[in-house]
Amino acid sequence: MQLRVRALETILTEKGYVDPAALDQIVENVETKIGPHIGARVVARAWVDPDFKRRLLEDASAAVNSLAGFDPVAAHLIAVENTPQTHNVVVCTLCSCYPWSVLGLPPVWYKSAPYRSRTVIDPKGVLAEFGVTLPATTDVRIWDSTAETRFLVVPMRPAGTEGWSEEALAALVTRDSMVGTGLPKPPEDESEAAR
Amino acid sequence: MTNSIHDMGGMHGFGPVTPEPDEPVFHADWEGRVYAVQRAMGATGLWTIDGGRASLENLPPLAYLAASYYKRWFLGLERRVVAYGLVGEDEIAAGRALRPGIRLNRKLTADDAKTISFAHFDRPATGPARFKAGDRVRTKNIHPATHTRLPRYARGKLGTVEAVRGCHVFPDTAAVGAGESPQWLYAVVFTGRELWGEEADPSIKVSIEAFEPYLAPA
Repeated sequence: MQLRVRALETILTEKGYVDPAALDQIVENVETKIGPHIGARVVARAWVDPDFKRRLLEDASAAVNSLAGFDPVAAHLIAVENTPQTHNVVVCTLCSCYPWSVLGLPPVWYKSAPYRSRTVIDPKGVLAEFGVTLPATTDVRIWDSTAETRFLVVPMRPAGTEGWSEEALAALVTRDSMVGTGLPKPPEDESEAAR
Repeated sequence: MTNSIHDMGGMHGFGPVTPEPDEPVFHADWEGRVYAVQRAMGATGLWTIDGGRASLENLPPLAYLAASYYKRWFLGLERRVVAYGLVGEDEIAAGRALRPGIRLNRKLTADDAKTISFAHFDRPATGPARFKAGDRVRTKNIHPATHTRLPRYARGKLGTVEAVRGCHVFPDTAAVGAGESPQWLYAVVFTGRELWGEEADPSIKVSIEAFEPYLAPA
């Protein structure tokens, strides 16, 4: 594949369609600038700031773009909140639509046939493969990303984190917890790491 | 093609999901290059995101399933640059340019690429929305031979409009070069039992983002 891809890039460059320096920049953007650290910051802010959380659930693109120093600019982003009654899970059964602006590029499993096929019909089976078991009283809501709207799950704030700083809270917010296939790290993980 | 292998919702037999701990953004250099070329060629405005998706869906099913995600992107891109007359089959075979390129309206520069931006697909409304939150709707039982974003598992099903998203570019026309034809977009939620039958887990609900032409009042 390395050779075939290099050949196509060479052809497109020689014909004047792409600039290799622009390609380098695009790769750098997704390897170093965008990623789940952005979403984690958004979730942690929502946990500590009820007004931000209200704005996030109302219009997530506007709320995320209002954060200082935020780059890239999100579009058509929708935040969905986990509660004791409802656990949200995001999928794209038709391709691999994913909230790049807040989570970066999707992991391989998100783009895989097993995840895309089974999440809408057997979400609890899929969650079990991620080691997630929900209480029997919790309903599961699947969001199939069939248009350009993109979904960010706001997980529940872990108990025992009262008084924590936004930064410390963000460290508990995993990528999977913002897709719905995971839960935030328990607070003891982080406090042990800090010792 | 719409009833193609890409429409996977509800299929069995693909095995368990296998998460990879500490997964890198790209697993090989070429994956990053494919990603970047795709983004840069997308910026030329020659085709729409829906046209790009359609070219992946048109891959033969066996090729689609056998290819990794970025290989699939690569195969779709290779087909598209030839189909649009940007590159000749002979050039693909030779692995180098044999003729000068055609003139494009836009070429992405390294400076442009510094700004990470995401395209907007909402458009001014051309008429009032037919549905509102709370309305009962039935998705149409359609099987167009061209691109659509109404998945098979959610066709002919009874659901409830949960939110009105605004007017968005209509993938079904945009993918085939028939214009943006903006349509109202809705979140429509179904019970697991409506989609998967009486045996389904009653604690499951699934929503899709459905364009107005996919929906009829119920």
